[in-house]
Amino acid sequence: MSSTENALTNGSAAAATLASGIGCLTMGVLTTLTEAVASVGRLLNFYNPTGNLSGKTLTTVLVWLISWAIFRARWKEKEVDFGKVFTLSLVLIGLGFLGTFPPFFDLIAG
Amino acid sequence: MWLSSRELWTTIHGMGLGAGFLLLFTGTWALLWGIRSGWVTTVGIEVHRRLASTVAWLMAAFAWLTVIVGTYIPYIWYRAIPPDGADLTKFPRSYLLAHPNLAMLHSFGMEWKEHVAWLAPLLATAAAYLISRFAPRMAEDSKLRNAGLTLLTLAFAAAAVAGMLGAFLTKAAPVH
Repeated sequence: MSSTENALTNGSAAAATLASGIGCLTMGVLTTLTEAVASVGRLLNFYNPTGNLSGKTLTTVLVWLISWAIFRARWKEKEVDFGKVFTLSLVLIGLGFLGTFPPFFDLIAG
Repeated sequence: MWLSSRELWTTIHGMGLGAGFLLLFTGTWALLWGIRSGWVTTVGIEVHRRLASTVAWLMAAFAWLTVIVGTYIPYIWYRAIPPDGADLTKFPRSYLLAHPNLAMLHSFGMEWKEHVAWLAPLLATAAAYLISRFAPRMAEDSKLRNAGLTLLTLAFAAAAVAGMLGAFLTKAAPVH
C-alpha cells in the first residue's frame, strides 16, 4: 500500500457514509409525506407515467449528492470521530427504511 | 418471439440486473472481509483492493441500473390506468386491486418494493467509494472495514426485499 493511501484522513469516508444516511432518510421522509399530504404527492409528480415516484427518487438523489459534496468539502482534510458519524448514519438509514415501510406510512397518513 | 418486449424488460430488470447485483454483493463482501493486515501481505491487500473496488463499483452500477430501468420501464406498465372494459391481466396494479385476496400485494408489496429498492444504490455507492479509497486503511482499521461491510449488507437487504416482493408480484400479476 502506498504512503498516500495510508495518509488519507477518514473525513471523506465519514462524508460518504453520512450522505448515504441522509439520502435514505430523505427517501423515507418523502415516501411518508407523499402518503400523508396529497399536495406533496402532486408536487413531486415530475413525470406522470411514474407518478410521484419520479420526484421522490430524483429529490433523494439530489439531496444525497449535495450532502455528500458539502460534508466532503468540510471533512476531506480532517480526521473525524468515525464511530459517531457511522452510528448517526445507521440511525438515519434505519429511519429511511422505516419511512418506506407501508404499515408505518399508512399509520402516519391515517 | 417467445418473449414479449415487456417480458424481456422485466427479465432484464429482475433476472439480469437485480440478480447480478445480488451476485456481485457476495463477491464484494467476501473480498472486503479478507482485507486484513494480519491475513494478507501488503501486495495481497493491493490485489484485494483492486478486485474489491472493481466488483463493488460494478455492483453499485447494477443497483443504479436496476432501479432506473425498473422505475422508468416496467413500473410505467404496472401502474397504467386501464380503459373501461380492458383486460385487467395487462394492467397488473388494477388487476391486483380488483382481487381482494391479491390487493395486499400492491398495497404492501409494490408500495414497499418501489421505495425501498432506491436505498440500495445509495448504500452500494457509499460502500464502493469506501472500498476503492480506503481499502489499505481498512486492513488496519476495523471500524472502517466494518462500516463498509455494514453498508454492503444494508444495500443487500434493501435489494433482497425488493427482489423478493418483485418475484411474488410477478407470480401473481405478470407483466405481459
